[in-house]
Amino acid sequence: MSHATMDPKDGQAGHAGHAGHAGHDHHASAEHAKYPFLAHHFDTPAQQFDSAKLGMWLFLATEVLFFGALFVAYAVLRSRFPEVFTYASHYLDTIMGGINTCVLILSSLTMALGVYFAQRGKRIALIVCLWLTMAGAAGFLVIKYFEYSHKIHENLVWGPSFYIPPHDAIGEIEAQDLAHAPAPAPAAVAPPTDSAAQAIVMVGNKPAVDASVIKPAQSGPSGLGAGAVNPASAVTHDVIPRDIPADHLEDPKMPPNTHMFFAIYYAMTGLHGIHVVIGMVVIGILIYRATRGDFGPNYYTPVDLVGLYWHIVDLVWIFLFPLFYLIH
Amino acid sequence: MTTVATPRPEAIGATASTDNYLTYTRGFLSWALTLDHKRIGVMYMGAVLTSFFVGGVFALLLRTELLTPGRTICSAEAYNQFFTLHGAIMVFLVIIPSIPAALGNFVLPIMLGAKDVAFPRLNLFSLYLWIGGACFTLYSLAAGGFDTGWTFYTPYSTTTTTGGVIPVLTGVFILGFSSIFTGLNFIVTVHKLRPPGMTWFRMPLFLWALYATAIIQVLATPVLAITLSLLIVERLLNIGIFNPSMGGDPVLYQHFFWFYSHPAVYIMIVPAMGIISEIISVHAHRQIFGYRFIAFSSIAIAMFSFIVWGHHMFTSGQSGLMNTIFSLISFSVAIPSAVKTFNWVMTLYKGTISLTAPMMYALSFIFLFTIGGLTGIHLATLNTDVHLHDTYFVVAHFHYVMMGSALIGMIGGLHHWWPKMTGRMYNERMAVIACVIIFVGFNITFFTQFMLGSQGMPRRYYDYQPEFQIYHVISTIGAYIMAVGFGTCAVCLAQSLMAGGRKAPMNPWGGRSLEWQCSSPPPHDNFSSPPTVGNCYDYSMLRWDEREQGYVVDKKLEEAAIEAESRSHS
Repeated sequence: MSHATMDPKDGQAGHAGHAGHAGHDHHASAEHAKYPFLAHHFDTPAQQFDSAKLGMWLFLATEVLFFGALFVAYAVLRSRFPEVFTYASHYLDTIMGGINTCVLILSSLTMALGVYFAQRGKRIALIVCLWLTMAGAAGFLVIKYFEYSHKIHENLVWGPSFYIPPHDAIGEIEAQDLAHAPAPAPAAVAPPTDSAAQAIVMVGNKPAVDASVIKPAQSGPSGLGAGAVNPASAVTHDVIPRDIPADHLEDPKMPPNTHMFFAIYYAMTGLHGIHVVIGMVVIGILIYRATRGDFGPNYYTPVDLVGLYWHIVDLVWIFLFPLFYLIH
Repeated sequence: MTTVATPRPEAIGATASTDNYLTYTRGFLSWALTLDHKRIGVMYMGAVLTSFFVGGVFALLLRTELLTPGRTICSAEAYNQFFTLHGAIMVFLVIIPSIPAALGNFVLPIMLGAKDVAFPRLNLFSLYLWIGGACFTLYSLAAGGFDTGWTFYTPYSTTTTTGGVIPVLTGVFILGFSSIFTGLNFIVTVHKLRPPGMTWFRMPLFLWALYATAIIQVLATPVLAITLSLLIVERLLNIGIFNPSMGGDPVLYQHFFWFYSHPAVYIMIVPAMGIISEIISVHAHRQIFGYRFIAFSSIAIAMFSFIVWGHHMFTSGQSGLMNTIFSLISFSVAIPSAVKTFNWVMTLYKGTISLTAPMMYALSFIFLFTIGGLTGIHLATLNTDVHLHDTYFVVAHFHYVMMGSALIGMIGGLHHWWPKMTGRMYNERMAVIACVIIFVGFNITFFTQFMLGSQGMPRRYYDYQPEFQIYHVISTIGAYIMAVGFGTCAVCLAQSLMAGGRKAPMNPWGGRSLEWQCSSPPPHDNFSSPPTVGNCYDYSMLRWDEREQGYVVDKKLEEAAIEAESRSHS
């Protein structure tokens, strides 16, 4: 391979070939000899670090806009179907979501500690922190897997499948497995009853007004192509369910278009989940490099950048959790 | 303070420097794995020009089909695919990467006085992303093509049975990331790699334009990425967010799409404006008029670009209040655009204008952009837009801006920096003739379409009333003339690369920005010693040198210039 290769050292060699021309270059070459990680087109490590950091912040800005569009879609759907969101949110498992929130926040802490230890050259502590962060990410995904599989089992999904009765689905599975399967037991698929929801109902016969519900505009511009405001949707608080039946299709109070809640739920949490997976990959690379001993007080840029990335993944979840789980 | 770098001896004379980026290393891998921004820029340029050829062929096909009402050469389905491919290729594969990724990559670090962009590996990666995106777009043809129009409006794009929709969406998604990474790289480079003395207000205006463009690329493109992902999910999994029959909102798709795609038209035009600022000043040999106004107007256009997207949806059931607001803000884009145009004209006024090929393109740009910009005001006006919406008037308008301005600017910039990129001079007369042919052909093609559109011919239609035929015939003839012009231009540039082409001097046009201070073609590291930065639009110390066949710094004039500068400071 030639001078123009991936390795900064090669670039440095090419650069040194011209070093005779000026004193400035000579100085820069001295910096390059001192810091092997310094790429040929930077003069100082500080310049390289600042550039990388600015680049990462810009990348985070793109991430914000990437998710931003989905948050806008959420807002549009929720303002169009406020009753759907308050209703369907009952089907999400707040306990699991809460645990996941804690797991992610803790992994953010271990990531931040990792940066701290990298800056101070504490290799073992850095590796431990990175493994802990990795464990947090994995734990998050495991819990998410259980949440997803439970909902998919119940056909609490997007699109037309939402309206296929879950019992049929079970029946199909068991039809294939007739040999060692007893008769279907509907009770087995009952979701855990939400005691919090019942408690709210027991306080008074009028359902508590949820301040977080975006009320549909009664007059003025409809905006965002939402079309005419349906006057019926203004009184939709009555459909806040008093009790969630085992099968959502058997619930006469289920508002129309409830599947849209799950569409946006899977879109947003799915995209977030993909980001967690990418985070695990880059943390894995960091673990590899940290074990090799690449990082120290002079050079910890990758740890810092992955840290920033991991924090924004965490931050997105901190918005997702209340927007989906805590609105009923 | 000395403001000039003395020409290096080896750059003077008939033989070019042996240490140049083209010959620095050899072999396929030295290009495929290069981290040199100049080589990446040249490869981008080759890729973009190839795509331009393909997109152009589709343009000629669809113009030929429109020669007669009803069937001329192909079926309506094929015609739908032609205009879709023409649009998608020209927008996503040609115009958006043309100036920032191809010319910008080559010129930006040199103009800035840096050795490379901030993240060379990311730069190479974005080239490969571009190639990947282009492959997916090509694959979509094999997978059955797509007939959605380049805008992919729902619900048609989610229900059409053409098989290439998902591949092309994937392709555009990937191309978007290529664009994001280029923009990110440029912002960081401009912020962090300016050498001592290169203050913000000493930057050439092309860099201001690229910086403004990069802001748009970084902030707008992610929204397109997520929108297209949602479309893919919609088609694959029927998620329904844009599907009205499931409670979704197709107009939401339009909002998302234009939130990116309106800024995207400024990704196309703003860097072209930057090129024009350079060309006008250098080839009129006159200090640019209103430097700060041009610089800030680039930033202003970038800011405005994010808040005008609704003017694409005046007839999509948007509320009257929002229409009014979007209309008003859209008008205001005319202000920074006019600021630029007036400043260019003022720079020309009393300048020593050389009618070189780049200058001819720049003059064409001013003419065409004025028409394109002013007809944009027609379309930003609510009540005229109701009538002109989705007619050939719109087609003509955006071709005047996207092709007549952005692409002409790109071709002008290509001629301007061609000696620097290749180390060869092209046949000036032939290049000027090509420019004139393109200019004439362009106006015949698209001015006719203004008339066609104002009489009610809708865009994207396969068939039309017989009374429209005369306009369609004229327009198609214009398209053929343009094809001849671009062919001439291509032959002219290719000829310069043949054996016996004239070697380019270091400074053929008399520019003062830093790229004219390094040899043609530049060395691998751009500058053998850190360049000294001066006023990049002060041409007073340059004189034409017969032996060099280019401009050199005259010692006496230089001293006079320095003296004048110190006098003005005291």
